Amino acid sequence: MEENRPPRTAKEAAQHQQDMSRRKFLKNSGVLAGGLVGGSLFGGLITNRFDKKDEKKVVNKKEHEAMSMEARQFFTRAHDFDVLSAATEQILPEDEHGPGAIKLGVPYYIDKQLAGRWGINGRDYRHSPYAVKLEDNDKSAGTAGEQSILDRGDLFLLGLRSLDDESQKRFSTAFDSATEDQQIELLTDFENDKVAMRGVQASEFFNLLLQSTLEGAYSDPQYGGNRNMEGWKMKEFPGAQASYAGYIEQDEFQKLEPVSLRDYQGH
Amino acid sequence: MVKKLEKVDAVIVGSGWTGGIAAAELTKAGYKVVILERGQDKKHEDFVGTKDELRYSKRYDLMQDLSKTTMTSRNSINKEAIPVRNNSNARLGNHTGGAGNHWNGMAFRWLPYDFEIYSKTVERYGKDKIPKESTMQDWGITYDELEPYYDQYEKTAGISGEENPIGPPRSDKYPNPPMKDTPTIKLFSKATKELGYHPYRIPSANMSQNYENPDGEKINGCVYCAFCEEYGCDFGAKADPIGTVLSTASKTGNLEIRNSANVNRVSHDGKKATGLVYTDITTGQEFEQPADIVVLAGFVFTNTQLLLTSKIGQPYNPKTGQGIIGKNFTGHFNNLSTYIGARGFFEEKKFNNFMGTGGLGASIDDFSGDNEDHTNLDYLHGYEVHYSQLGTRPIAHNEVPEGTPRWGKEFKKQSLKYFNRNLFITAQSGFLPNKETYMDLDPTYKDALGNPLLRVTVTYSQQDRNRAKAGVARCEEIMKQMGADSMNVTEVKDDIEFDHKFYTDHFFGGAIMGADPATSAVNTYSQMWDMDNLFVVGGSSFPHNSNYNPTVTIGAFAYRAAEGMLTYLKEGGNVAEKLLEKNA
Ligand SMILES: Cc1cc2nc3c(=O)[nH]c(=O)nc-3n(C[C@H](O)[C@H](O)[C@H](O)COP(=O)(O)OP(=O)(O)OC[C@H]3O[C@@H](n4cnc5c(N)ncnc54)[C@H](O)[C@@H]3O)c2cc1C
Ligand code: SF4
Repeated sequence: MEENRPPRTAKEAAQHQQDMSRRKFLKNSGVLAGGLVGGSLFGGLITNRFDKKDEKKVVNKKEHEAMSMEARQFFTRAHDFDVLSAATEQILPEDEHGPGAIKLGVPYYIDKQLAGRWGINGRDYRHSPYAVKLEDNDKSAGTAGEQSILDRGDLFLLGLRSLDDESQKRFSTAFDSATEDQQIELLTDFENDKVAMRGVQASEFFNLLLQSTLEGAYSDPQYGGNRNMEGWKMKEFPGAQASYAGYIEQDEFQKLEPVSLRDYQGH
Repeated sequence: MVKKLEKVDAVIVGSGWTGGIAAAELTKAGYKVVILERGQDKKHEDFVGTKDELRYSKRYDLMQDLSKTTMTSRNSINKEAIPVRNNSNARLGNHTGGAGNHWNGMAFRWLPYDFEIYSKTVERYGKDKIPKESTMQDWGITYDELEPYYDQYEKTAGISGEENPIGPPRSDKYPNPPMKDTPTIKLFSKATKELGYHPYRIPSANMSQNYENPDGEKINGCVYCAFCEEYGCDFGAKADPIGTVLSTASKTGNLEIRNSANVNRVSHDGKKATGLVYTDITTGQEFEQPADIVVLAGFVFTNTQLLLTSKIGQPYNPKTGQGIIGKNFTGHFNNLSTYIGARGFFEEKKFNNFMGTGGLGASIDDFSGDNEDHTNLDYLHGYEVHYSQLGTRPIAHNEVPEGTPRWGKEFKKQSLKYFNRNLFITAQSGFLPNKETYMDLDPTYKDALGNPLLRVTVTYSQQDRNRAKAGVARCEEIMKQMGADSMNVTEVKDDIEFDHKFYTDHFFGGAIMGADPATSAVNTYSQMWDMDNLFVVGGSSFPHNSNYNPTVTIGAFAYRAAEGMLTYLKEGGNVAEKLLEKNA
């Protein structure tokens, strides 16, 4: 049986070990066949991981380029996207620990998210009146972002252009061509509301940018960020593992090769 | 035009634990039941492979769709309320199974003190100890009377636990042994023992082994995959309404769950409820479903909103203190009564933080309820300190020691370093009801169907802030004992106010229970005093909040309410009086 062949790569070895622990768990516990369990215990996981040929092989340079052959869905102006890329890279820069936001695909992740339901606040309550300007003594009354008439897409466009305008004003250069120190100075001022934006506070935009950068770095790669699971690798987070039943009591730190939802679902 | 349907024995709003328990008990007895559920149909099959942090934790896939309805919020009766617009401020149940799909499964019982809080406080400390603004009252029932229903819920849900060394009496042991002990739980237990406290394992609705409940429903053993809170269980290993009570009810052939059915009001003739009026949100058509008994099990906010919009009972007025519907709103609030505590950073140790399950952990009860002598303390009620290993996920967890920037090079370095080198312990505390913390209808905002939104007003009192401070200090003490090299400790400011987050789903009040119709909306069988064929079930009937998670107590009261419904269907009248006579 193919699944009995020895693991070929470190990743396979880790997964093999995990499968064995799952198998043992299933055997010992004799999972109740009558239980209302979906496919995962029986059909999916145990076999599919090793059925797929070549899925586990290390992504080479060429493939990496292919993964980057993405087009913008939300941003129409290339310059807005360049400003976005530069800003996210300052939030999560490339360093000796691993890739930064750009290599992780964060700008494309954000672009995709803004093109979808989240970008138009599709699940949010959107009835007026909007309380854009909140009383000073009621800072706890939600954030202006939540109470603003702008949707997330609007907010991103407005914020990125404000960032760029401010850069032009201060340094006579576009944000994405400003120096690292200049970019950091600008972002810090947005974070601390030292720049005025229309309709919302600058920190609202900054916080949204910060939150979505982290999302893009650490969400499942299916969303366009966390490329090649590099975000998870840096963080030693093993992704969508089926089971930790075999490890949960152990003292030793478990460094496991991450598993994506694509691996998990096996299609 | 409202289209009138054929009458059934019982119609229920909501398919969570409470609606599910009522449905199971009624259908087993042969009654025909319709559940109206606003959300989608969900099966365990939908939860296979839900290990997607973005979709479930950040985009709240299983939770209430706020574009359809929400609530408004303010922190004083003099302010205008603003709508809660986005799920990062509200995580409430929305589909078949309700919040029971995405709960953690921490399964505590409440304390005998909780049910008789007023009398026990007066007895031990005298009347003067009760703060002026407090509206705390007895529940009209004792722990001993509720105990058999606790036992029934625990067996239905297969709770895994161990005897709490200083816990309330139990008629039977937990149906399953506790979950596995992990190195970090051991660390917490050891530290708290050294400090002279009494740690015990958190009882959980995640199964420590395969289990079959008294209704014949099977629940699998948990594999500690760590995608529990906010997720449906991939393995059918977490007790939820779908796999237990709803399944039991469905097997009788007497249950119909009608999805995409948003209930707008209770129809009634002033004396009896006649049914529920709802909109089929796939077509926009409005229907009336008549029934002999009507059950509101749509959680605190919906239950209260429906009573107010249907004009049943007298709305509470915070200025006069008159009226009852909407009174005594309490909860576990993010910045005051839960999620606050001490985070320890460890230089030498690395933990498997990413493994776990929703209810895995240990707790101490030395400061819960009235377990500590409050004579010299500036608050009543207490807090429960726990460590839980529910599994850290990478988007949400970027903890760094205080003073580290929130972004950039240094942030990246530290957040990567500490992801598996930090532990958090929290003090979850009680919150006492007060005159100005209540619910009514919002004068401005409406839901997608034109119903007025519920307006929630939450005013923290100094007692609640004092209790929170004491809890945080205890967390700090324990974390130090656990050997953290440095700590981030929550600061509870003297002027801290409600932050408009309805995040915990631990909310109570609106239609509170009691022994006296003058001070309560329902009797201890959750039956409305004003309308005896209307049962309002769930946290809405709790006169105050304890320091524990609520679902086991909600489940116990749902079983008691179901007993009341069965009695009513046979005999009519006020079942509290009937059952009292019977048991006397
Ligand atoms: C992330 C999370 C973790 C939690 N963890 C724990 C825990 O560890 N321990 C614990 O004890 N508790 C926990 N809870 C709380 C627990 O989930 C609730 O106490 C419990 O599920 C409440 O059950 P219920 O039946 O009263 O309400 P719900 O489960 O909310 O059910 C109400 C149902 O009614 C439906 N409904 C509402 N309004 C309408 C309407 N107008 N028309 C039609 N249908 C309607 C809703 O869609 C929903 O399905 C947690 C909650 C959350 C959100
Ligand atoms: S941790 Fe256990 S109960 Fe939670 S989702 Fe995984 S298997 Fe289910």
